[in-house]
Amino acid sequence: MSILVNRHTRVICQGFTGKQGTFHSEQCIAYGTKLVGGVTPGRGGEQHLGLPVFNTVHDAVAATGATVSMIYVPAPFAADAILEAADGGVELVVCITEGIPVNDMVRVKATLAGSSVRLIGPNCPGVITPDECKIGIMPGFIHKKGAVGIVSRSGTLTYESVFQTSNNGLGQSTCVGIGGDSVRGLNFVEVLELFERDPETEGILMVGEIGGSDEEAGAEYISKYMSKPVVAYIAGVTAPPGKRMGHAGAVIAGGKGTAADKYRALEDAGVRTVKSPADLGSAMFDLLKRRRARVKVAATEAILPRTGKFKTKTRKVVKRKVAKPANKPAARKTAQRSKKAARR
Amino acid sequence: MNLHEYQAKQVFAAYGIPIPEGQVAATAEAAAALTRSVPGPVWVVKAQVHAGGRGKAGGVKLARDAAAVREAAAGMLGQRLVTKQTGAEGLPINEVYVESGSAIEREIYLSLTLNREKSQIAMIGSAAGGMDIEEVAAHSPEKITTVNIYPAAGLMPYQCRRMAFALGFKGEQIAQFQKIATALYQLVIDKDASLVEVNPLIVTKGGSLVALDAKINIDPNALFRQQELAKLRDIQQEDEMERRASEHDLNYVSLDGDIACMVNGAGLAMATMDLIKLHGGEPANFLDVGGGATAERVTAAFNLILSNSNVRAVLVNIFGGIVRCDLIAEGVITAVKSVGVKLPVVVRLEGTNADKARALLAASGLKVIAASDLTDAARKVVAEARK
Repeated sequence: MSILVNRHTRVICQGFTGKQGTFHSEQCIAYGTKLVGGVTPGRGGEQHLGLPVFNTVHDAVAATGATVSMIYVPAPFAADAILEAADGGVELVVCITEGIPVNDMVRVKATLAGSSVRLIGPNCPGVITPDECKIGIMPGFIHKKGAVGIVSRSGTLTYESVFQTSNNGLGQSTCVGIGGDSVRGLNFVEVLELFERDPETEGILMVGEIGGSDEEAGAEYISKYMSKPVVAYIAGVTAPPGKRMGHAGAVIAGGKGTAADKYRALEDAGVRTVKSPADLGSAMFDLLKRRRARVKVAATEAILPRTGKFKTKTRKVVKRKVAKPANKPAARKTAQRSKKAARR
Repeated sequence: MNLHEYQAKQVFAAYGIPIPEGQVAATAEAAAALTRSVPGPVWVVKAQVHAGGRGKAGGVKLARDAAAVREAAAGMLGQRLVTKQTGAEGLPINEVYVESGSAIEREIYLSLTLNREKSQIAMIGSAAGGMDIEEVAAHSPEKITTVNIYPAAGLMPYQCRRMAFALGFKGEQIAQFQKIATALYQLVIDKDASLVEVNPLIVTKGGSLVALDAKINIDPNALFRQQELAKLRDIQQEDEMERRASEHDLNYVSLDGDIACMVNGAGLAMATMDLIKLHGGEPANFLDVGGGATAERVTAAFNLILSNSNVRAVLVNIFGGIVRCDLIAEGVITAVKSVGVKLPVVVRLEGTNADKARALLAASGLKVIAASDLTDAARKVVAEARK
């Protein structure tokens, strides 16, 4: 399992015949994504990369049964493209385009609010389920199928997180780049919710940055509803207030949206935070190792007396709310030890 | 992109928002001469810089005759104004705005900007006008009223009335306020303003509403369709390094430290600054060279960061995804050779063809220090800067 996209996902590309659209469509096809066609107004009926080109998203969806659209349309026309995709019948829109005016996105967001269509981005690397489906501009080869869900506002920091979790063997269930703009589609909360429900995802890496309060909203969600461990990093501790740090949404405005505020909210929610992006992978490794050990013990206790065998869906027996503050490992060890002692 | 007060007031006037009469001048003589066309008997001389807090910094002066206007203007023009928003260097005063003085009964704060949580434009008002709204928000948030505007409906009359009553307006003032608020919202939509701020909006002794100050920021992503406003850009108000970076399509922000960094991706660039700080160093800049880190861009980036004389060491941190690391390494080698970099350069390259890239750097004969990972890179560059 995974979230949002998998090996069966049928994808079309808007801006298909443009330079970016062509290059990244080729990369996605090479990765194994089921790209089934593209849209370029006025070029319907042609073939591009061996796939059919359509004039409109409506036509493309009707002919191909696509459920996802990947957008590389230039910024001045991107809002139109997003709404065309939503109106055209896809379930998920992934908009890679950077530089869309805020007023356009305010209108897009309001229009999508009444529909079930999900938007990822804009100004994002896209979404990938390793070995199954890559939609976006991320380098496919660094990914490895596995247990960690990744959600991030930054492209390159997503790659860092992927790289680390591939190297330490954990791998990724799905990685979602939610993008660096102020107004965007899916946010931390929505993606965390999807990961919480996904049986394949054992833990989540959350990479935030200065600006806005979406990490704080994520923290509140985590403290109320999440049972899986979350490791978080926030970029921009050293960013000066009032300056836009590359991303349109990465700005401390009116004293709000500082990295310190976000760290505090996440730590209060019991999230394991790291102060260096280099520690994301190892912190998750540490948490999952303990969790897996605990799950095994719990599974043994639950199943052994009756069957004497080890054949359980282990994750189901994990108690909710295991994402306790990471700064109390000693207490937890003691608890485990006493449990063991009791069994003896 | 920021507009000057006088430019913003011209936009206000075009939308029928009441402003005091005024004109801009670039010399003290011209400023004094304006007392003949701008009605008195009291004039206000205002320094035109892209920063708030001018009043407390001496950038707003009252004058009762032409000589006083000349004196006030002469005292400002050619100087740099340091306010709490500018940093220690301040901003150059190249123009002053000479405005008809108003008889103020009370001052209101009013602004429109994006509410990120709601993804809607919000109108924010406070009866505590003329003050720093951030301080009001911090100390007495109950004095601030916010209405979020549904994009499909636009700013509705009931929202204007709610704000008007909250701000204590009465009688005809309520209709006046509704006209001003509606015009400001229309301006935000038409002009792609990321911020419109009137601080203060005043009630005159005569009881009518006037926008005494005007601030408009334009969404940089929308400049392609706001070309008239794009022409109003005043590069003298911008940081010299940041302006040069923007010419090369580089995202650059000046900082106070001594370790320059060059990174691909905004998030990783911020993270690199944080890493330097975490390991005891101070970053000299934020620099995102973007996805297509070609030799030209890398060279331009090196030229830029090395023109900062505070820099004692350079950290290049690239995660090559779609871009290949060996190409970036070639770019770094070309740049280091052509620019003649004397400072220690620590390079961390990871991703596609990273091994090839390391081999290229090792064989280049340049004094480039290879780092194996993020932490190693940060430690090495901090050590180099301390030497």
